[in-house]
Amino acid sequence: MAELETEGRLPDPDAAYRSLIEAHRGLSDEDSAALNTRLVLILANHIGDAQVLAAAIALVKKALSQHAVRQT
Amino acid sequence: MSASFPYCRSRDQDRQEPVHHPVVVVGAGPVGLCAAIDLAQRGVPVVLLDDGDCIGEGSRGICYAKRTLEILDRLGVAEACLEKGVTWKVGKVFFRDELLYGFDLLPEDGHKMPAFINLQQYYLERFLVQRAGELPNLEIRWGNRVAGLEPRNDGARLTVQTPDGGYAVDASWVVAADGARSTLRRLLNLPFVGEVFEERFLIADVKMVGDFPPERWFWFEPPFHGGHSALLHKQPDDVWRIDLQLGADADPIAEQAPERVIPRLRQMLGKDDFSLEWVSVYRFQCRRLERFVHGRVVFVGDAAHQVSPFGARGANSGIQDAENLAWKLALVLNGAAPDSLIETYEIERSAAADENIGHSTRSTDFIAPRSAQELRFRDAVLSLAREAPFAKRMVNSGRLSLPSTYESPLSTADRDTWGGTARLGAPLPDAPLVDGHGSATWLLDAIGGDEVLLCTEADGVEPEMPGLKRIIIGRDLIDRNGHFARRFDASPGAAYLVRPDQHLAARWRTPGTASLTAAGRRMHGIWT
Repeated sequence: MAELETEGRLPDPDAAYRSLIEAHRGLSDEDSAALNTRLVLILANHIGDAQVLAAAIALVKKALSQHAVRQT
Repeated sequence: MSASFPYCRSRDQDRQEPVHHPVVVVGAGPVGLCAAIDLAQRGVPVVLLDDGDCIGEGSRGICYAKRTLEILDRLGVAEACLEKGVTWKVGKVFFRDELLYGFDLLPEDGHKMPAFINLQQYYLERFLVQRAGELPNLEIRWGNRVAGLEPRNDGARLTVQTPDGGYAVDASWVVAADGARSTLRRLLNLPFVGEVFEERFLIADVKMVGDFPPERWFWFEPPFHGGHSALLHKQPDDVWRIDLQLGADADPIAEQAPERVIPRLRQMLGKDDFSLEWVSVYRFQCRRLERFVHGRVVFVGDAAHQVSPFGARGANSGIQDAENLAWKLALVLNGAAPDSLIETYEIERSAAADENIGHSTRSTDFIAPRSAQELRFRDAVLSLAREAPFAKRMVNSGRLSLPSTYESPLSTADRDTWGGTARLGAPLPDAPLVDGHGSATWLLDAIGGDEVLLCTEADGVEPEMPGLKRIIIGRDLIDRNGHFARRFDASPGAAYLVRPDQHLAARWRTPGTASLTAAGRRMHGIWT
């Protein structure tokens, strides 16, 4: 079973980021949410490892809570 | 289709001192009846108390799974259930007006029992009551309501109310099968904890001559029921079970009014010529007792754990509880096993309850999303299911009841490598066989409710275990078409130790006397 990889893995990170932005450009928040939801499901399946998924969720929750602390 | 059972005064009520019984079962629903019958068949005298005097209030639990049917077969009622019930194995899932996919729950042949039957609970109860009546050591006392419970180290004393007064009765063991609103649970002051789901569902039994096939049909967002889910099941007597999701804000009283129900059903069924047999609006809970065994009082079925109806895991798991407990109580009462064997009921059925609650909760999360984002995930899965096979596997309209594979101290760990479909700790897969007279039979019929050493032929040097029934495949029973060999990955001389509930306790490619003896003791809860 793999660990969650947080080092950079994309050869061209700017291009990958750009493709996400382009996918969402011009969409309403609701349509963006629908797109993201499907994207999460497809990528989760591609990862194919529930532990990596759980580690990713944990990383997000940690980042969000630190963000919340900084805001207060 | 109700049947009534009058109260009769029992001899215990005329005694000065409370009469002692080895086992008193409380609650004559399907689970209590199965427990009582199983115990009685194993030679344990049983008193079964029920506060009611009739059966047949609504169809209630209607789906009985293959493993449950195998248990009911051993208890002598499967034939009647199969004859009356609607056999099915295909399910279909629709999204809006489109078929998303279909599934076949029993794609292979060579099993005596089908994947599922649908049968109104009152028919099952009636068949079980009839069967109970054939057992001289089983006494059902209708109109006997338990009002008090006094636990003791070696049993319990129950106070019972009847139409002509109260009496007390002593039992070495009490089986609490008194349902989701268990009186015994309340008398012992035991918390019943878990999750309550806000969503309300309408359940309706409709009588009509329908042209739907005998399949389980589930709709997400059907065009006939604005945005909510719907489920259709065929029952005997031209009765159809319909389950409609109403939402969290639905008014449970108003929704049951025929003027509200009938238009909904008309839209769904596309016809007018039907009549309503039974309607109920429910909300459900997934919860359980922390422990099922409390001294000499053992909780089974809904009294111990409650699940949502999606997946048919209520009655099926309850009957599997009953079977798990019955043989253990019989061994303990006969002195063939220590009291601590009952602790393995706790271990095995507690894990099964968690498994069932887990499945049932996940199905409910999918069917009744609780936030905008949960709904978005659900809709994303449904829409991706058309394009991507992975999403189809995430669609969850209820994961239908399967027996648990026990991670149990009663099992002896495999030392050899095994293929096939038999699993250590799981019920044996059935197989068609031929007996010594050339007649067709089934593996599970041959095993029955005994502890069995199942061997494959090895030139007359097959192992034996004292006091244990032995069946040699290849001599006593012939595996003509190879189902047994494939399902058990059988090699010549292999041996399989089978528990009285037909679960696999141990297996060896080359069995030796010492390991057989140790495994036999282990199966009785003796590990020293």
